[in-house]
Amino acid sequence: MEEPYSLEVDNQTIVGTAEPGTALLWLLREHGRTGTRFGCGAGLCGACTVWIDGTPAHSCDTPIWSAQGRTVTTVEGLTAAGPHPVQRALIEHQAGQCGYCLTGIVMRAAALVDEYGSSLQESQVREALEGHLCRCGAHPRMIAAILQAASERP
Amino acid sequence: MTPSLQDNPLISQWLVLHSNGTVTAFTGKSELGQGVATALAQIVATELGVPLDRVRMQAPSTDRSPNEGFTAGSLSIQHSGTALQSAARAARHLLVQEAGARGVDPLAVMGELDLDIPVSSVEVPGDSQAPPGAIGLSVPRRDLDAKILGEPAFIHDVRLPGMRFCRVIRPPYRGAQLVDQPDPSGLPGDTAVIRDGSFVAVVASLERHAIAASALVADRCRWVGEPPALDDEQVTAFLLSAPTDDTVLAEGTGRDAELPADSAALTARYTRPFVAHASIGTACAIALWTADHLEVWSHTQGVYPLRKDIARALGIDAERVTVHHVEGSGCYGHNPADDVAYDAALAARHLPGVPVQVTWSREDELSWSPMAPAMCVDISTTTDSSGQIMSWRWDGYGNGHSSRPATLPTPSLLAYASQADGQPIPPSQDPPLAAGQGTGRNALPAYDIPDVHAVAHRLTTMPVRASAMRSLGAYTNVFAIESHIDDLAHAYGIDPVEYRLRHLSDARSRRVIEVVAELAGWGDAAGENNGRGIGFARYKNTGAWCAVIADVEAVDQVAVKHLWIAVDCGRVVNPDGVRNQIEGGAIQSASWTLMEQVTFAAGAVTSSDWESYPIMRFPSVPAVTTTIVSAPDEPWLGSGEAASGPTAAALGNALRDALGVRVRALPLSAENIVAAMTEE
Repeated sequence: MEEPYSLEVDNQTIVGTAEPGTALLWLLREHGRTGTRFGCGAGLCGACTVWIDGTPAHSCDTPIWSAQGRTVTTVEGLTAAGPHPVQRALIEHQAGQCGYCLTGIVMRAAALVDEYGSSLQESQVREALEGHLCRCGAHPRMIAAILQAASERP
Repeated sequence: MTPSLQDNPLISQWLVLHSNGTVTAFTGKSELGQGVATALAQIVATELGVPLDRVRMQAPSTDRSPNEGFTAGSLSIQHSGTALQSAARAARHLLVQEAGARGVDPLAVMGELDLDIPVSSVEVPGDSQAPPGAIGLSVPRRDLDAKILGEPAFIHDVRLPGMRFCRVIRPPYRGAQLVDQPDPSGLPGDTAVIRDGSFVAVVASLERHAIAASALVADRCRWVGEPPALDDEQVTAFLLSAPTDDTVLAEGTGRDAELPADSAALTARYTRPFVAHASIGTACAIALWTADHLEVWSHTQGVYPLRKDIARALGIDAERVTVHHVEGSGCYGHNPADDVAYDAALAARHLPGVPVQVTWSREDELSWSPMAPAMCVDISTTTDSSGQIMSWRWDGYGNGHSSRPATLPTPSLLAYASQADGQPIPPSQDPPLAAGQGTGRNALPAYDIPDVHAVAHRLTTMPVRASAMRSLGAYTNVFAIESHIDDLAHAYGIDPVEYRLRHLSDARSRRVIEVVAELAGWGDAAGENNGRGIGFARYKNTGAWCAVIADVEAVDQVAVKHLWIAVDCGRVVNPDGVRNQIEGGAIQSASWTLMEQVTFAAGAVTSSDWESYPIMRFPSVPAVTTTIVSAPDEPWLGSGEAASGPTAAALGNALRDALGVRVRALPLSAENIVAAMTEE
């Protein structure tokens, strides 16, 4: 049974009706947030990562009922006020090939850099990104870019 | 002359010069995340003598682009780049001539030239060198910012007016037949069920409805048939027993019997399992039928071959089909991009005037995509008393490495095997030797060996759908050759780098090996549980030279710590682009080599998610140090596949150095290491 939903996404309220078990990912894409990617639908690749109440989460296995009343931030929301330092560093390092995994990695890494700032270590970056798959092999560039963004923080 | 220019001779097929000073350049090569659109723009800008930001690259489309076949074989710069270079050079000469005749600036005549003339008809003086320009500079990729900023960048993000979303319900195994029309009642939203023979799809206005409906309809489908007889244990036995079509790649003398009494023989067998493309995004396409025309948007590697196979499968004239390239997730060979385009065409045929977007599930992506074929390679050598190789015999067994669209007797699009009037996909072929072969790619060692015999045994039955993946047979052949060479070096107590150099007179081969040995500090002790190994090849024996040194640590499992790489791909258009391709190719190869294997049971793929088909993750990724060996006066060569084989070989040799055991069965997993130890 479809039920009304109301979600706070990137400082906007989006409403409609849907099965409460529908994955948040598909509602976000339905409402034009296509920067959040579908990769596996099982929370195993990280491509669909968004923030829920400021914490990275897989939108592909987050049912909308559990996102109600919480604040969702997508990559579009993160970028709205201009690129995040992590995004600027990824561009500077040309850290990507196909780029399909990148927005999920941006969301994870931005939270990491915001939390740890210049104290961030390489081992923390690698561990934090364990749930993010990249098939093109651009990992070393991404690690270097994220550490640079962190090092420029106070 | 590059084949691209032979097939598309006119300047106007490659370039349009606009009166405002900008240029539109056309290519048949797809941007796959390898950065080709940026590199081609650099070539055009340099040769025309215009700023880089004045050059717009048009994505391939059968409406307008030159037909350059597939974006494959590391040939895009060699073929498309060389064609665009010639076309731009000719256009610049015409511009300068015309401007000179009129006494005006070349910019003033840009929009007025007649370019419907063959490139070859323009005689450009030999001393008319292009001014220094964008070639050779690490300019940033044109496509990457949008992907990092989360802007619409992929075909998955395209939303056409009135577009509907579609999911296809696949059979339980290849060849299964749908018994009857599944009950379409009670599906979410406006979902409709489409059936054509055993092809079943659901279409809805909302993507979430199509996804939910596909699960419901899958449960309602009944299938009959006989699953292909294959499971994991049988793969190598199958490769060695199935009927084959043999190609002799090199004819040896067969005079082993005449060798001196103190010569020695070494015979070994190397195997590689089926491996998956495993892109992070799944396949996606859009199709739209109007009165008598089909328009398709696809992340295909070849818009023209795809158009031909779609038309063949539908039984319509190719002129009635247009295929446009739109970027998708990473492409490393013949993945399901073409299949999903045909899924969309079949589904959209039932909904004239409605654009239909099909996206594959993760499970289908990992189990219904063509796979890199499993291989078995036998190598026998004889050496004289000093260790010098006297004779070499190679036999390679496996399915062919290409079932790409429009290359087989009947269409090779997955859904064609399911549709009412369709046919099964024929066994894959190997490209001809001149195009680098498939099973036999890099089968002939680059070393100086007086007597080489090589036979490719291509299987003529295909229980697992096989096709091209990055470097084709070269990956397995270079792993096998370089493992074998290493064992010979050790058998004669000769340093593996020195042993290779003793068998190499080619200067550029020697140079990449010497450079990487210097870079890595070859000869330094590796330490307990650690090992160091080298691998080398010249891709296809006609492409880029690449040598890799790997450092591994082998305790519970093999961990790769560092890869040092030297590559010589001639003149470099974009150094950072080359480095990105080499680094990525090496890391991907390390993942294949250490952990990847497609698994089967009862004729179906069982490695259908990221838990059953793991790939290398961030904590395990090695440091990579890449050096481009400078060769600015040599022709440019592609770099995308150069590192695949040498990396695998370096890892196998490093593992032997660490543990003293030669593992000849890929992947270099704990299971295969234990099996090799037991054998020894």
